[in-house]
Amino acid sequence: MIWELVFAPFVEFGFMRRALLGCVAVSFGATPVGVFLMLRRMSLTGDAMAHAILPGAAIGYLISGLSLSAMTIGGLIAGMVVALTSGFVARVTAITEDASLAAFYLISLAVGVLIVSTRGSNVDLLHVLFGSVLALDDAALILLCSFATLSILTLAVLLRPLVLECVDPQFLRSVSRLSAITHFLFLALVVINLVAGFHALGTLMAVGIMILPATAARFWAAGIVGLISVAALIATLSSVIGLLLSFHFSLPSGPAIILVAGIGYIFSLIFGPVGGAIVQALPRQKT
Amino acid sequence: MHSVQSLLTSITATVALTLSVPNTSWADDPIPVVATFSVLGDMVKRIGGEHISLTTLVGADGDTHVYQPTPQAARVVAEADVLFINGLGFEGWLERLVEAAPFAGSLVVATTGIEPIAFGDHDDHEEGHEEGHEEGHEEGHEEGHEEGHEEGHEEGHEEGHEEATDHHGEHGAFDPHAWHSFTNAIIYANNIAAGLAQVDPTNAGFYYQNHQIFVNEIRALKAEADVIMAALPIDKRTVVTPHDGFGYFADLYNLRFEAPQGLSTESEASAADVAKLILLIRKQEISAVFIESITDNRLMEQIANETGAVIGGKLYSDALSSEDQPASTYLDMMRHNTKTLSQALGD
Repeated sequence: MIWELVFAPFVEFGFMRRALLGCVAVSFGATPVGVFLMLRRMSLTGDAMAHAILPGAAIGYLISGLSLSAMTIGGLIAGMVVALTSGFVARVTAITEDASLAAFYLISLAVGVLIVSTRGSNVDLLHVLFGSVLALDDAALILLCSFATLSILTLAVLLRPLVLECVDPQFLRSVSRLSAITHFLFLALVVINLVAGFHALGTLMAVGIMILPATAARFWAAGIVGLISVAALIATLSSVIGLLLSFHFSLPSGPAIILVAGIGYIFSLIFGPVGGAIVQALPRQKT
Repeated sequence: MHSVQSLLTSITATVALTLSVPNTSWADDPIPVVATFSVLGDMVKRIGGEHISLTTLVGADGDTHVYQPTPQAARVVAEADVLFINGLGFEGWLERLVEAAPFAGSLVVATTGIEPIAFGDHDDHEEGHEEGHEEGHEEGHEEGHEEGHEEGHEEGHEEGHEEATDHHGEHGAFDPHAWHSFTNAIIYANNIAAGLAQVDPTNAGFYYQNHQIFVNEIRALKAEADVIMAALPIDKRTVVTPHDGFGYFADLYNLRFEAPQGLSTESEASAADVAKLILLIRKQEISAVFIESITDNRLMEQIANETGAVIGGKLYSDALSSEDQPASTYLDMMRHNTKTLSQALGD
C-alpha cells in the first residue's frame, strides 16, 4: 500500500526520479538563501529578482532557442545586472535598496517584454518559462546540482558575515569592509538559485520553493542552523508530496509542489511551536 | 459528378452575385483580407490568388492557441474586407480583437458546415472501425446560394457517424483542428471561395476556378493518403504527439493519438499523464513518438529517452512551416504528416 503510493512511482519511472533529484537540488540550494532573505526582511526581493531574470532568459531563448546554456547565461546576466546596479545605487545615492531594486527589475522586465514582442516569439515564451520538472535531461540535472553545490559552499563561507548583517548591519559595516561584498555575493546567490529553479519549476514557481519553506521554518526553529535544516526538510517533503500528487491525481507538477509547500506554511503558521497562532493564543507562563 | 455540380453551383453563384451588386468598382485593386493562421492563410491564398492582398496574423511555426494580438493586427483587421477564421474556439483571442479593431467587413468561419468532433472522441475508438470518416454537410449559408455538397467518396469507406449525434449540445467543446481531415479542407475551400465571391463578385469566376483546382488537388492527395494509410498494420496505429492536434486525422484513418498536453498547448503536463504514456509505450501499445513544430519538445525527448522509443519525426499540426521546411503549404503539410506517420508506423 505505502509502497504503491509512495515508492513505486519513483522506482518504476525514470522521469519521476529525475524530477525528484532536480527538486531536491533546488530545495537544498535555494532554501538556505530563502532563510536569509526572510531574516533580512527581503522576502519580496526573491520575487523581484525572478522577474528580473525572465527577460534575460527570454533573450537567450530568442537567440538560440531552447538551449539550456543560452537561457541560463541570459538569466544570470540579467539577474546580476539588476542586483548589482540596484545595490550600487542604494549605496551611493539616497534611495533605499528596495526602491531601487523595484525600479531596476521593472525596467528589466519591460525591456524583456519589448524584445520578445518585437521579435515575435514562435513558441510562446511563458510556456517555456513555466519550467518542465518532468522533462529534466542530463544536462539540466547537472546544472541544477552544480548550482546547488556552489550555492551551499558559498553560503558556508559567507555564513558569519551574513548572520552579522542580519542581526546588526551597522555593526558589520563599522568593523569590516566585507559588508558590501557579502551583500553582493548574497544577491548573486539569489540569482543563481532562481536561474536553477526556473529550469525545474519556472521563474515564478522557483521563488515559491525558495521563500515558502523558509517562512514555514520560522515557526519551528529559532537558531540559524535549525531554520535552515527545517526549511530544507520542508522543501524536500513538498517536492516529494507534490510530485506524488501530480502522479496520482494528474495535477501539473510545478504548482503542485509549491502548493504543498504553501499548505506546509499555513500548517506551521497555526501549529508551529515558535510563535505559531496556537502558542501565541495560549496564556503565557511567567518566568 | 460532384465537380460538375459544384462548378454549376459556382457559376450560378457568380451570376447571382454579379447581378445583385452592380455598383462594385471595376478597378482591379486587390481586396484586403485577413486570415487568422498560416494553414487557413495558405488556403485563402490558393483561392484568392492575385486578387487579394492577404495578411496572416499567426505566421509560420506560430502557435495560435496562445497568440496575443498586436496593435498592427488590430489595424489590418480593421482595414480588411474579409476576415477568415477557423472557428470552434481555435482563436480564443479573436472576439476581443474584432471588437477592439473594430472590424466591419465580412467574417467567414471556415469550419461552417463541418461536422465537428467533440474533445477526446478519438480517444475511445473501437477496433474495427475501419476508415470511418465524417461527412461534410451543408448548413445555412449566407445569401442563399448553395455550395457543392461534398459527397461520394472513394469506394470501401464506411461512414463514421456513431459519435455525431451526442455532441451537438455542448457548444465550444469541439476539437478545432478540423483541417486535418481532407473532407473538411474541401469545406474550408468552399467557405473561402464563397466568402471571397460575396465581397468581390467581379472576380467570383476567378475564385471558383482556383477553388476547383485546389479541391481537385486535395482530392488527389486524399486518394494518395488513403492508399498509404490503409496499408498500415492494424496493430500499429497508436502514436504520441505533444498536444492533441490530430483528432480529425485520427478519425479519418483509424489512428489513435495520445498526448500529454491535451488539446491546447496552453496546458501543463502532469506526472500522471507522462506515466500513462510511458506505460503504453512499454506495453508496446504505442508504435511511435512524434514531436511537433509548435510545442516544447523536451518532454517528448525525455519520454523517448526513458522508454527507448524512437522519435518518428516532426509533425505539423497547428501551423505551416517556413518556406525552407517541408510543410509550407496546406497540401505539403498533409503530405508530410502522412509520409512521416506512415514511415514511422510502416516498418
